[in-house]
This record gives sequence, C-alpha cells and structure tokens, in this order.
Amino acid sequence: MEGQGEEKRINRRKFFRTGAQAGVLVSLGGITALVARKTGSGEFVWQLDPTKCTQCGRCATSCVKNPSAVKCVHVYAMCGYCDLCGGYFLPETKTLNTGAENQLCPTKAIKRTFIEDPFFQYSIDEELCIGCGKCVKGCDAFGNGSLQLQVRQNICDNCNECSIARVCPSDAYSRVPADKPYLLNGFGKEKLDIT
Amino acid sequence: MKRGIALVVLTILFAWQMASSYAIQRFPKPEFESGYITPETLVPNPRAEILEVMDVVVLLLALSVVTWAVLKRRSRNLVFWISVFSLAYFGFYREGCVCSIGAIQNVTLAMFSGSYIIPWTVLVFFMAPLVFTLAFGRTFCAGVCPFGAFQDLISWRPRKIGPQLNAVLGVIPYIYLALAVLYAATKTDFIICRYDPFVGIFRFDATFGMFLFAGILLLSGVFIARPYCRFLCPYGVLLNWISRFSRYHMTITPSVCIQCRLCEDSCPYEVIEKPVTVKNPETRQSIVRKFILIILMIPFFMLLGGWTGSQIHESLAMVNGKVRMANELLHPQKYQGEPESIEMAAFRTSGKPATEIYSEASRIIRQFYIGGWILGGFIGLTIGGLFAGRLTTKYRTDFEPNRGSCFSCNRCVDYCPIKS
Repeated sequence: MEGQGEEKRINRRKFFRTGAQAGVLVSLGGITALVARKTGSGEFVWQLDPTKCTQCGRCATSCVKNPSAVKCVHVYAMCGYCDLCGGYFLPETKTLNTGAENQLCPTKAIKRTFIEDPFFQYSIDEELCIGCGKCVKGCDAFGNGSLQLQVRQNICDNCNECSIARVCPSDAYSRVPADKPYLLNGFGKEKLDIT
Repeated sequence: MKRGIALVVLTILFAWQMASSYAIQRFPKPEFESGYITPETLVPNPRAEILEVMDVVVLLLALSVVTWAVLKRRSRNLVFWISVFSLAYFGFYREGCVCSIGAIQNVTLAMFSGSYIIPWTVLVFFMAPLVFTLAFGRTFCAGVCPFGAFQDLISWRPRKIGPQLNAVLGVIPYIYLALAVLYAATKTDFIICRYDPFVGIFRFDATFGMFLFAGILLLSGVFIARPYCRFLCPYGVLLNWISRFSRYHMTITPSVCIQCRLCEDSCPYEVIEKPVTVKNPETRQSIVRKFILIILMIPFFMLLGGWTGSQIHESLAMVNGKVRMANELLHPQKYQGEPESIEMAAFRTSGKPATEIYSEASRIIRQFYIGGWILGGFIGLTIGGLFAGRLTTKYRTDFEPNRGSCFSCNRCVDYCPIKS
C-alpha cells in the first residue's frame, strides 16, 4: 500500500511537470507569435534625421564611442563653395584665412581648399570630427545647409539602446532598416536619395 | 476696412516669404570652369547582416555544446573552456550587445508598441536560451552568457553568505525585471542596457560611475560568486521559473547518491539542497494553519505592493522625458534661476503647441498608474512567494541542486566519487 502511494505521488509529480512544461512552451510560443509579426526581415540601425536635429551638441558627448560615431557629413551637391563659409569661420572673423583663431570647428576637422576664384571646397576629416554640430549650425544659419550630422554606420556599435537617442532633445533618432541607413537632407523638404 | 485688407495681404505675403525661404538656395552651386569634379559624399555601410546571422548560429552552437558538456560529458573542464570562448566572442568581440538579458526590453516594447520593429536576431537571442532551459536547465548561464562566464571565471575564493541573505537579496532581480518591463512597455527607457556594468568593461569605455559599479561588482565577485547573476539579473528570473519545470537537468551524481556528503559544500552559489527525511511529520492541523496563512498572506502582499506602486506612479513616470518636459512647462516657477534646459530650447524652436505635450504626458502617466499597480502587485507576489517557500518543507532523499537557481556550472560533479 505504502509503495503504491509513493508511486502515485511520483506519477502526480510527473504529470504536473509535463503540464507545466506544456504551459511554458505554449506561452513562449504565444509571445513568439505575438512578436514575430513585428520582426523585420533585415537588421536595424540608428539614424539621425537632420531636419529634426537642433545641433544641441549632445551627439558629441553622449555616444558610447569616443570620439562619437556621429560625424558631420558634407553633401557637396548642395554646397555653395562660399568664400565666407558659415560652417567654417567664427562669426566675428575679419580675415578669411585658415588661421586657427578663425575656425569654428573645435578640432580643426574642416579642410578648406581653394578651387577657383572665388570658390573654396570644404571637406571633413572624420578622424578629427567629434560630431559637435557647431559647423552644421553655422551652415544652416548662413549657408545652404550642406553640412549635416549623420551616424557613421561603420563606426556605430548599434547599441540596443542608443545613448544619444535617449538624450536627444528633438527626437531626431530612430531605428531604420539597415539597407537605407543614411538620411541626407537635400534642399528644403526634398530628400536626396544617396545610397 | 482698408487697413484690414492691407493686413491680410501683408500676412499672406509674409507667410509666403516664410514658406519659400527654405526653397531658395541661398548660394547656388557654382559652375566651375577649372574642370573641378564634385567629390562624392561617402556613406559607409553598417555591419553586414551575414555577421548578425553568424551571431545567432554561434549562440545556438554554444548552447548545444555547453548542454552536451553539462549533461552528457559531465565535465567541468569543458564548461570552463566554453565560458572562455563565450566571454571572448559575445563579450569582448561582440561587446556584449545584443544580449539575451537586454532582449527582454525589445520583446516587451514590441508587444506594447505598434510601431517598434524588433530585429529577428534579437527575438532568437531572447527565446533560444528559454527553450534550452525548458529542456535542459540553465545551461545558458553555465557558459554561454558572457556576463555569467565573466563572473564564473573570476570567482576564485567563494564564501557562503547564508540562506537568509541569499533569499533577501534574491528579491532584487524581480524588482529590476518589473521596472525594466514597465519602462520598456511605456517606451521610456531601456534601464537594463543603461545600467549594465559589463558593457563598459567589454568596450573599455565605461563612464566613471559605471566603472566604479563594475569594479565593485567584479571585486565582490571574487568572494561572492556571480553577484550579478544571483542578485541582479532580470533574465535569470525568467530562467529560474522555467528551469523548475525543465525536462532534464544536470545531476550531481550520475547514478545513485551514496550520501557521502562530499559535494555538500562544493557549490559556490549555495544551491545544493540537503536531504530532508520524513523524521517528524507535521500534524494535519499545522499543515492546514500554514495553508490558510499562505492563502491570506499572498493577496495581502500583492494588494499592499500594488497600492504602494500606484502611490508612487508619478515619481516612476518622471523618468520619462515627455513627462519631465510637461512638468517643466507646467511649473516654470520650480525651474526659475536655472539655465534653460536643452530639451526646452528644442521644444521652443520646434513650435509644437504645449497642449500636445500635456496630453501625451497625461496619457503616459495613466499608463504608469496601471503599471504601478501591476509592478507593485508583482513584487508583492514575489515577497509572498518567498515567505510561502520558507513555510513549506519539501522532502527529498538525496543531495540535489535547486532546479530554479542552479547555474549548471558542473563544479559539484567533480566532487562526486561515483563516476559512472
């Protein structure tokens, strides 16, 4: 009798365990089914929308990378090649030369090269750029807005929660499919499709 | 009348001017005569997707191999070397991201948000260890999780801290899990990623505060084995629940326990449970009394927790950026004298109406009210369950690992004199 009771208890335990296993399996399957509808086929990356960006400077300080994975990108197609560049020179600059005291960029990452009178090409040395957005602000205010901040996808760690996105005051960051990682703003509302 | 018309015309003109100011290229691109070719704007690509697929393959392979090592080979040595590999690959090479622990938040957000799209690799990282645990116990913790592997490898001088302290500190992961789910579901923050002590170490770029936290954790990890896994890890809570019902689980002895007690003190995590023989069976009366106590206690704790949660829901919601912003707009006198925050400046320049942010903030606060009840109720249930567990006695004849909290590290196996 005793032995039978013991066997019964073991059977009951086994039955309970199997039931619980089935329960867990069903709930895991349920969660998967619920979430699977929202999975993307490809990978996702963080993208900065330059139309929303207010150049607050947090891209330079909040990225887990040092220097930041956000860099200033020059859309040459939009550039006016101005002699007096709002993105290159400090506002109170008197003489338009490459003197360090005239430059807006804190790391001197913008190279100014003479093309032909009176045009100059401005290119970004991304090794030096820290993504502070000072030049972007200047170009937006006085020029064409051809300098834009973008997440450089070859540098970005693609953190699960982007630490810049968390503190971005203008909600300019979003996760986008990895096949269109850049959003370079063309003129006005028109977007240049550069891939 | 005339003045009115003039005003309307002026307004229209002004508005037209405003709208078109974007459409005029201030400085049109020059026509170069020197044959200058415009350089191309470079757009380097992100990490190739094939590498993400490789992460998933490595995860599944590592899970399979470690499970085989734990259950079939019964080898601590092999588990050790798989830990080293996982630490190198998922830790230092992949820099601890994406990980199964953080994936809780992605899955939660995907369930609660309509617009969030979760990468399928993240879903696999969340699900695969859970499924493996349901089948074989927490072999993921044994040697695949880079955080677990890291702590396992440095627990050189483990000391016991006793069952009481273990139980009390063991409540923290439940609170952490509840908070992480609440903040992910309300689209507020991913706190598991934000306060992850290891990622900063893997990337060699921790902030001072996080470095200090990680340093304390790792140093204490030398003496208190796996402090993060036992007293913080929110994913461990899920694994703990599932592992209790696992189909198979590692055993200390391969055949029959001879009660030699050699393994008794071998577990650095204090999860080996001693045999409890039926020496002094309880009276029926005492069993009934305990049962009633448990039945009454658990709802009481849940209600108490839920009520507390609902009382502090506004403080919980202040973590949300939009709620903070609405608060700053509503109570400007509180923020007088401080320089304007960057958020406020951005909001002002965006030109959005304040009512928009108010309605959004109040919607979020309502979510937090409901979330506060659920969070508190869940924590109450955890504490109630803890007391209930203390009251009940489970009888067993052999030395067995606690299925819920055993990490399947296989240390105890080496202490067992029976080898086949």
